[in-house]
Amino acid sequence: MPGSANQLLFDPQQYSAYTVRVESFEGPLDLLLHLIKKNEVEICDIPIATITRQYLEYLELMKELNLEIAGEFLVMASTLLQIKSRMLLPATEEDEAGEVEELDPRAELIKRLMEYQRYKDAAAVLGARELLGRDLFARSMPFPDELEEKEDDQPLELALFDLVEAFRQVLSKVPFEHFHDVISETISVAERIGRILDMIDQSGSVLFEDLFADEPLSRELVIATFLALLELCRLKSVRVAQGAPFGSILLMRGTEQMSGEIDYVEP
Amino acid sequence: MSSLDCKALLEGLLFVADGPLSMDRLVSILHEFEKQELIAALDELRLECERNARGIVLAEVAGGYQFRTRPEHAEVMRRLQRSRPSKFSQSALESLAIIAYRQPVTRAEIEYLRGVDCGGVVKTLLERKLIRILGKKDVPGRPIVYGTTREFLETFNLKNLNALPTLREIQDLAELPVYEEQGELPLDPSLSAPFVQPLLAGEPES
Repeated sequence: MPGSANQLLFDPQQYSAYTVRVESFEGPLDLLLHLIKKNEVEICDIPIATITRQYLEYLELMKELNLEIAGEFLVMASTLLQIKSRMLLPATEEDEAGEVEELDPRAELIKRLMEYQRYKDAAAVLGARELLGRDLFARSMPFPDELEEKEDDQPLELALFDLVEAFRQVLSKVPFEHFHDVISETISVAERIGRILDMIDQSGSVLFEDLFADEPLSRELVIATFLALLELCRLKSVRVAQGAPFGSILLMRGTEQMSGEIDYVEP
Repeated sequence: MSSLDCKALLEGLLFVADGPLSMDRLVSILHEFEKQELIAALDELRLECERNARGIVLAEVAGGYQFRTRPEHAEVMRRLQRSRPSKFSQSALESLAIIAYRQPVTRAEIEYLRGVDCGGVVKTLLERKLIRILGKKDVPGRPIVYGTTREFLETFNLKNLNALPTLREIQDLAELPVYEEQGELPLDPSLSAPFVQPLLAGEPES
């Protein structure tokens, strides 16, 4: 049923906190650190209830977009709930002064978060060094074009949260009346795939915003478009790029040309 | 041969070599000279490059000597490149940092610390020769352990692993670090990751 939960989920009022651009997260720990920073709380004293709620909201959002949520995120969610429930229980009184810390159900998580933060910082320091092939060159250095620019990760992974965020923004613009519409025609993902490719081929590239320019905005359209775009990224027929950090998202043709046949199976 | 020759010969060797040349290698090639003479000549070479604002500097990387361009010239040097400069994703940098500081380290340990699957990243880092397989860990399952390579030191412009700032220094600064020599890598055994994530947070670790 079109429950209130769904409506609330995209109530812009509710989500004002998310209108700040979300960076892409490396995983559940990264997302948690982001939430801790956003709430300006001490890592050593996490307000578990607040953080857990926001964490679950984020997962909800991913689910809403039919994204496959990586298992790690779910494991962390259950860990958070586990901790939350343990916080409600009275602490067992067996402490010999030194035992107090062991009693905090958050201890293990906090330790992991702090540890992860250290390596995140170390990673930043590494990345800030003068790199051979980027800042310094040596005579023997084969220029990286021989190494054929390989992304260290699927580029999709890197842009995923940016994409999710972009779609979330579009979704939040879907007028409320639409939730009560009975939409007779269904928008197919395959159709959207074709449409996106047409748009790109017309002018070489297309802005993300323009994907929704030619049809009345509906929830179904947004989600179908999102799935189409994910599929195109997976097939490498479309590249998603940002001209500048926080800039608009641009879609271009990828390395693989799409054959005429789209064998996308509708879920 | 004079010390003047020594310097010129060194310059020639370093120009031709396809990677950093270690002192041992230089000593064996230039056996006509004493090691002390080589050190003095290298020092002079280095100073000349600096003093005369030459386009190259004599860098000490990965336990050897190599001519490299100046970082402030990077933008112009890159025009020579036909492709975008190599870059590292956040996940690659995080995994590299963990491997650099905690080696020998298993994939499970990297994944525990980062909280995500690292199979892809580890594979890429192996392909890029930034990490290598050091061997197997002596625990059930004999998991593979990884460490960083010479290429890692070369790429990140490090003389050796000790040239990395300690994690403590990084924490103290939490901004751009000052690189200092350090005694040894901060490998804190108490931090080694349990292979089974305790279900109940706060449970004493294995």
